[in-house]
Amino acid sequence: MNFIGKGIPKIDGISIATGKPVYTEDLVMANALVVKILRSPHAFAKITSIDTAQAENLPGVACILTHRDVPKIRFTLAGQSYPEPSPYDRYILDEMVRYVGDEVAIIAAVDEKTAVKAMHLIKVEYEVFEPVLDFEKAEGHPSVVHPEDDLHCNFDIGLNKDKNIASSKYVEIGDVEEELKKCDVVVEETYYTQAQAHAMMETYRAFSYLDHSGRLVVVSSTQIPFHVRRQLARALQIPASRIRVVKPRIGGGFGGKQTGAVEVFAAIVTLKTGQPAKIIYDRKETFTCTTSRHAMRLKVRLGADLDGTIRALDIQGLSDTGAYGEHAPTVFSVVGEKTLPLYNKTKAVRFLGNAVYTNKMPAGALRGYGATQGTFALECTVNKLAQKLGMDPAEIRLKNLIRQGETSLPYQGKLLGSSTLDKCIETGKNLIGWQEKYPSQEVGSNKVRAVGMAVTMQGSGIAGIDTASAEIRLHDEGNYTLLIGSTDMGTGSDTILAQMAAEVLETSLENIIVNAADTDVSPYDPGSYASSTTYVTGMAVVRAAEDLKKQILEHGAKFLEISPAEVEFDGKTLQTLDGNKAIGLRELAPLLVLGTGKQQLVGTATYGSDVSPPPFIAGFAEVEVDKETGKVDLLDYVAVVDCGTVINSNLARIQVEGGIVQGIGMALYEDVRYDQKGNLLTNSFMQYKIPCRKDIGTVRVAFEESFEPTGPFGAKSIGEVVINTPAPAIAHAVFNAVGVQVTTLPITPEKVFMGMGMEKAK
Amino acid sequence: MFTIQQLVQPDTLEEAYDVLTRDISNTILGGCAFLRLGSKKIGTAIDLSKLNLNGIKEQGDFIEIGAMTTFRDLEISPVLKESFNGVLPQSVSHIIGVQFRNIVTVGATVYSKFGFSDLLTALLALDTDVELYKAGRMPLAEFLEKSPQRDILTRVFIKKNSCKAVYKDLRNSQSDFPVLNVAVSQKDDRWRVVVGARPLRAQISQQASEELSQGGASPAGIASAARLAAEELSFGSNIRGSAEYRKAMCKVLVERAVTEVLQCK
Amino acid sequence: MQIEAIINNKKVAWEIENDELLADTLRAKGLLSIRQGCDTSCCGLCTVWIEGKPTLSCTTLSFRINGKNVTTIEGIQEEAAAFAQVLVAEGADQCGFCSPGFIMTVLAMKNELKNPAEEEIIHYLTGNLCRCTGYMGQLRAVKKYLGVE
Repeated sequence: MNFIGKGIPKIDGISIATGKPVYTEDLVMANALVVKILRSPHAFAKITSIDTAQAENLPGVACILTHRDVPKIRFTLAGQSYPEPSPYDRYILDEMVRYVGDEVAIIAAVDEKTAVKAMHLIKVEYEVFEPVLDFEKAEGHPSVVHPEDDLHCNFDIGLNKDKNIASSKYVEIGDVEEELKKCDVVVEETYYTQAQAHAMMETYRAFSYLDHSGRLVVVSSTQIPFHVRRQLARALQIPASRIRVVKPRIGGGFGGKQTGAVEVFAAIVTLKTGQPAKIIYDRKETFTCTTSRHAMRLKVRLGADLDGTIRALDIQGLSDTGAYGEHAPTVFSVVGEKTLPLYNKTKAVRFLGNAVYTNKMPAGALRGYGATQGTFALECTVNKLAQKLGMDPAEIRLKNLIRQGETSLPYQGKLLGSSTLDKCIETGKNLIGWQEKYPSQEVGSNKVRAVGMAVTMQGSGIAGIDTASAEIRLHDEGNYTLLIGSTDMGTGSDTILAQMAAEVLETSLENIIVNAADTDVSPYDPGSYASSTTYVTGMAVVRAAEDLKKQILEHGAKFLEISPAEVEFDGKTLQTLDGNKAIGLRELAPLLVLGTGKQQLVGTATYGSDVSPPPFIAGFAEVEVDKETGKVDLLDYVAVVDCGTVINSNLARIQVEGGIVQGIGMALYEDVRYDQKGNLLTNSFMQYKIPCRKDIGTVRVAFEESFEPTGPFGAKSIGEVVINTPAPAIAHAVFNAVGVQVTTLPITPEKVFMGMGMEKAK
Repeated sequence: MFTIQQLVQPDTLEEAYDVLTRDISNTILGGCAFLRLGSKKIGTAIDLSKLNLNGIKEQGDFIEIGAMTTFRDLEISPVLKESFNGVLPQSVSHIIGVQFRNIVTVGATVYSKFGFSDLLTALLALDTDVELYKAGRMPLAEFLEKSPQRDILTRVFIKKNSCKAVYKDLRNSQSDFPVLNVAVSQKDDRWRVVVGARPLRAQISQQASEELSQGGASPAGIASAARLAAEELSFGSNIRGSAEYRKAMCKVLVERAVTEVLQCK
Repeated sequence: MQIEAIINNKKVAWEIENDELLADTLRAKGLLSIRQGCDTSCCGLCTVWIEGKPTLSCTTLSFRINGKNVTTIEGIQEEAAAFAQVLVAEGADQCGFCSPGFIMTVLAMKNELKNPAEEEIIHYLTGNLCRCTGYMGQLRAVKKYLGVE
């Protein structure tokens, strides 16, 4: 292998690191109108009147749009393959406003000052309703968040809008209640996970203009250019063929940019005015008017034999999807999908519950996509079971977890193609020093150190749905363009896919131009989400490269006047097996493109997988807890990863470190608070604290590679699984330190301190 | 988005004060970090850059800190590192980041009497005076109690003495505002206990200070002083912590700070 | 008002608004490495040097650079690239959006601190947030670049 497994630098690395103008805002034309949004100050209200006359008369204002000016067609902003499972429950602008920050009017002006001034001149009157703020009281609340008749679902997702239920789920394999009765021990706990923010450094932004043929061009920092094109076509009621979506470099996404936050607002301004328009969200809008992780309540019941064999697992969930249902059914389903198969000695498993509408910011896709919430609940409960049985938590997992070649109830006979999770656990134990440190040791009079652990699985793409295409073109100079529609948001996927192509074509990375993504040019790709790019798009790239290599051999053979079977290609030269005749690619390529061959070679492939092979992680945390204050210092975090074959060792490591730290944020610092009127209080980096450098201790990463038979070079995904273990592992360590089980994230010093008080009082 | 109609850079304090008091919308510019968070419409903004108000000097019995001195200046000042066990550099060193501390000023922070301030808590534990252009020089404690009047804070003076001092805080994330902060100082047998970010602004616990000054810092005395501070001062709730938690933490941090002062050289 | 300043070693005379912030001025003048990640002066993305000191350009009123030296990453491309090579070799560039501000702080630290210990490095760089990398790779790169352990 020349490229696979190597720590190859990102092909765009030096440019982006040294500040080159390659992001969306850097490319905006100078005369673009500035788009601003007037937002609802109420959590739930109906606009009874809206007067824009004064604002429209302000010099420099290009247009002001209200609910009267938009197509009355409902759509979803969820970036999902058509037909989307998310409900079509929003207009571009609606008469009803459903959360503080919901859009009331779109203002476009020559500059920001004028736009803001115009915004203040718009007079709006509202009929204010009692909002639904507590998601545990949403079901059957007198206020109905979506009373409209034209709300549409592509599938039966269990929507019951009169009861504020966006989606409902029930899966049961075996008889859970019956099996629980037979179990020697049953542990039960209810957990709450917060509406974590993505907090990518580049906020949401897009600009749009009409091109030479009058088509709408939208340049956006998005993970989903093709889905955005489809959303815009529906929302704006114009043919998709009249729309082009271009994605430049992206300043981080984490799933946030899998939902179309801003594109439609710039696009409608361009359509109405004919002028270029840009919209750039500030950090407050990003926190309050886009999407977050779905906050959830998860009640877990886990039944086991006395020897620790897990026999029954029941998870009952409630998910807060906020004002709109982007990703509501799918995120909720994933809670069960990525937890129920993990321990396969079970005789019955069940996952059920509802995702409910509330009058808060919508939830959406965020790295982990339900698996994060589910893992926290399940793994905390497994740790509780170990505690109850007096077993080592690592042992109880080794005893129960699904292994390579095995099935589990939800897999219905399908076998797990690859896993080294057992090795991950052993390696992790050694790295953290589990034998010596578990469960805890006193250090000084006020401090105690302890370790904790959790394991997790995710998927690699969406089985049966994610389908990506790739094209590789051979140019006249013997170099290649790799055309893909996936969206490298900093992960390095452009580099990784180029590595795969280079490996197959036996060429250098410099010899491959990567082009992504432009809906006019790129082959279709759903976009980079659901841990799909390395696995799904990667396989398309491998096959496209193989296709092209085959064509090169065929055409080379023609020039050498011999059969393709008698020619070999080493990436530079085509040579007959007997070594008598040869032609260099540098000679062949111009003949094909410019000369007598008259056929430019293009390798193509489309790939989708019937399975979504899970990557696995064993995570281990060592904390030091201050027994007088409840302050938790994370000292060390060890993550041992099975992502199949590691394609790029450096980029994989950074993915893990970054995801672990995002998980640490969720575990310890990232608190989400609303006031009683539905205003988000944690709406800036000053109030919503993502981890800083001093907050994370040391994060150490190791790989236990498996070989996934369905993946490119044996690879599985890595992007999402990395965020799942910190919350349960740290919660476990805190429990082992001071006996306090914090079940509501984040684990703040106050919760630990108050918990210790309750323990003492017992 | 705040706006500034006029901008002046006066050559004298008199001129600056004159502009300041001319209109209620006129404002002195500090580091502007907090100004930026609001949407204040400033008539005339007054920039004090030409008044030579930055820098840390030892003048006679006092260390003098100009109003335009930045937090980063405090953090790396050799004089302050060596005075009072480095309590002032320590109190500001955790605030956000170097590039932020290179902007925010001592004058604006003290004048604004921010409740979450780390610096005020530390300053209050020392013998600190503030100098205002109109109201003149007064002890910091007196300034903090006074109802706000439009004036220009020009300098902060800290009495040079053998005072030993310790600053303690509790933060959720290390770059967050404190849940609570405490500074304790001791000069001979005179103790002072200050608690800030309650989330109300820093205040001296008279009873705790008295207890230590009278009874000395025996283990029982320390525990008693910590209890007194928690009882005497009022605590509130915000997103960083409840009043109940703050009260409990006050006891812990005061006890730790006093104990650490005893170990100071 | 008009200001005169030295931006990346070039003398400029710029007409600015009273309430204009330096980050906006610099971007308007084509220095597109200036990024803003927050509205609350606490992410470090917009870091530039004013008289060699790392400073938040998002919070500095533009008139305050009058008569001063301002450096952005465009002005020190060679030094920036030297560190960027190490950063990229570590795989720690990721989305890159915070990199210019981060690199400006790293290079300021190099000028200010001699052989910093790991703790000092972390302290100096704490004001630079990053959501992608988890910081560990950045730390490895900084240590390699500075030749410290």
